[in-house]
Amino acid sequence: MFCCKRRARQSDPPDSILWDVVIAGGGNAALCAAITAAEAGARVIILEGAPKPYRGGNSRHTRNFRCMHEGPLSVLTDAYLEEEYYNDLLLVTKGKTDEHLARLAIRGSQECLPWMEAHGVRFQPSLSGTLSLSRTNAFFLGGGKALVNAYYNTAEDLGVTVVYDAQVQHVHLEGDRFTHMEVSVAGGPVQRFRGKAAVLASGGFQSDIDWLIRAWGPAAANFLIRGTPYNRGVVLRDMLEQGCQSVGDPTQCHAVAIDGRAPKFDGGICTRLDCVPFSIVVNRDCARFYDEGEDTWPKRYAIWGRLVAAQPDQVGYAIIDAKSIDLFMPSVFPAMRADTIEELGAKLGLDGQRLSRTVAEFNAACRPGSFHPTELDGLATEGLDPPKTNWARPIEKPPFYGYQLRTGVTFTYLGLKVSDRARVQMPDGSLTNVWSAGEMIAGSILGQGYLAGFGMTIGTVFGRIAGQEAAAHVA
Amino acid sequence: MSHDTNALLQEARRQLEICNACRYCEGFCSVFPEMTRHKLFADGDISHMANLCHNCRGCYYSCQYSPPHEFQLNLPAALAEVRQDSWETLVWPQPLARAFHERGVKIMALLVAATMAMLWLVINLRSEGGTGFYAYMAHNLMVAIFLPAFLLPLVSVAVGLRRYWRLTGGKAVVLADLKGAFASAARMKNLAGGHGEGCNFEREDRYSNARRFAHQAVMYGFLLCFASTSVATLMHYLLAMPAPYPLFSPPKLLGLSGGVLMVLGTGEMIRLKLKSDPDLGSRRVWGGEMAFILLLGLTAATGLVLYAASGTAAVGLLLPLHLGTVLTLFLLMPFSKMVHGFFRLSALIIDEQKKRA
Repeated sequence: MFCCKRRARQSDPPDSILWDVVIAGGGNAALCAAITAAEAGARVIILEGAPKPYRGGNSRHTRNFRCMHEGPLSVLTDAYLEEEYYNDLLLVTKGKTDEHLARLAIRGSQECLPWMEAHGVRFQPSLSGTLSLSRTNAFFLGGGKALVNAYYNTAEDLGVTVVYDAQVQHVHLEGDRFTHMEVSVAGGPVQRFRGKAAVLASGGFQSDIDWLIRAWGPAAANFLIRGTPYNRGVVLRDMLEQGCQSVGDPTQCHAVAIDGRAPKFDGGICTRLDCVPFSIVVNRDCARFYDEGEDTWPKRYAIWGRLVAAQPDQVGYAIIDAKSIDLFMPSVFPAMRADTIEELGAKLGLDGQRLSRTVAEFNAACRPGSFHPTELDGLATEGLDPPKTNWARPIEKPPFYGYQLRTGVTFTYLGLKVSDRARVQMPDGSLTNVWSAGEMIAGSILGQGYLAGFGMTIGTVFGRIAGQEAAAHVA
Repeated sequence: MSHDTNALLQEARRQLEICNACRYCEGFCSVFPEMTRHKLFADGDISHMANLCHNCRGCYYSCQYSPPHEFQLNLPAALAEVRQDSWETLVWPQPLARAFHERGVKIMALLVAATMAMLWLVINLRSEGGTGFYAYMAHNLMVAIFLPAFLLPLVSVAVGLRRYWRLTGGKAVVLADLKGAFASAARMKNLAGGHGEGCNFEREDRYSNARRFAHQAVMYGFLLCFASTSVATLMHYLLAMPAPYPLFSPPKLLGLSGGVLMVLGTGEMIRLKLKSDPDLGSRRVWGGEMAFILLLGLTAATGLVLYAASGTAAVGLLLPLHLGTVLTLFLLMPFSKMVHGFFRLSALIIDEQKKRA
């Protein structure tokens, strides 16, 4: 399971080695920390919880990096300055952010992009269907797994040791000092990995469904987890139990409405549905519950996860007609299709007649006007509650299509409180030699809501800071 | 693997529909931009994308859904199967196409048979009065064998291409199509990975230009050898300058440089293929592909050795060996990996048309 031979041999019992930096986690933030620390001369080990094919945590499913820039930079057009970036963040979080840390992430992002390129990440122009992001978000060529591959190769070239399938069960502290991690490798007996410094970057707890249920209530049993099944929050809980300060609300997370047929875990990007603005969305009882035309994708994309979560059985159904089927990105599973609304309702497991009435009420509230799929067109319903304030066209042209929507959780926001040097905080001050980065600390900056590509920004900026600080500590 | 065209198309369609909902790989090659122009994939669309795919494998190693993920995406293999099947289905006559692609042993057996036939001719129909190689086999006899052996296979290829054009919705070719397609082939753009660092053929998730450059060596080497033969033909008939030619003559310079490039390139192709993962291509034709690369390399190597040996008694054996390899290569043009060049170029031309549409 030890993949790099240069600095450690498989025959060495882990306990006999004193590492400079022991890193829990193997995603973007962990890798940025590992590379930065190794370049500063530290002897680094990565304890990745997943087996090799699933390495990289949620970073495996990501696709872009939101980046501040004062002029055209790599694939990014025009400029995207700190104030605009920060305001975008304020809009989605409704002000629930730590301004100091948020601005640190935003300002840090600009120098990250060339650093990423220098460490093997390749970018591509904005993907088709995402042109609205070409100024603000740099897309990884090949997506997040290509980024993860590039970083693992870079780390390997720098002599970083990687252990896969390494479940960190406990981070041992003596007073305010980290001494070792207790780790089970490939289900084997617990071994100690001793180190002079620790970086914790092993993500949120969203894949521990029991924890989600405790935080959310029984509804969470019906949530789908979009990313890695390996983020079960073991290290996070261990640190909280040892008295580390937490940030973030356990009920807050990045959640979107995804195709209800997606796998329970790891469905990733392709299970998303972009049809909501052109649809009406009803619940199990065929009733509408929110303005489907509130804002353009992707700004409102993230709110539908929570809206669907609040409905009975945590399920919604988006209904469109033949006029709209080509207006959004293709879905991974084909839509349910029928020639009448009644029939479509029956195929979706709904009461066809009630669905038909809801559609008829909606159609009657639609008004003539011009329809523009790519901008807020003001084509709104009249006298309908809730209204649809844009793109309200009658659903009347067969065939009709329907998608089941469910809540897909990307990552939870409950995390560790860190200083602006990524040092983990106790009620009475910092731990001496423990840093944290990535989704594990994102809750400081993302109190609620989500900004596309910002998770990778937080991971990269704070991962690098953690790596620098840890290496400086042991130097 | 089966020859069930529909099953192969259906598997590729399943995978493409997942890819089309993700699109992370858009920048790697020409396949993904073409994919995004569709919401539904007709059989012809899939065949087109399959022939456009150069098997760089960038999408596989970047894929969040590759095995063991339950979506089981392996697009390079799925498209390789469709591509392979398209050649075997479309090229006429189909039984011959089916016979050789996956049978390296048959390819080698044909090579032996062709060489024996040439040897028999050299021994039994030794020409009187010819010079150089023509002392072993008369020029007219060579033409009588090699002209049809070159032209008849081209008819097979032409039938296949005509069917391919219909299947994929290709249109009449205009100059701009050719410019775009040749520019892409000349630089092997689709093996460059989008960033110019190459493909993921022999180093797993690390990029490398080794295969791209090896392929270029073989391709340009082959073209140089072809040019050498063409120039010699023109010199023979138009300028009344029959072989043998001195070292500093167009046929020799072209042939020598081409031969060396082909030998080096095919050697490297074999080395890379041995290091690469056979599960990311069409596994059933692995042996046939190897035999074909070997045949190409042998064609060039025997030509070089023959030149080095000219004037010695060894020519009596080396000439039939070289002619045997050339004859086998010609005859198998429609029924071996050689045919990929014609289909790939067609796909690049049709892609230029689709990009403009």
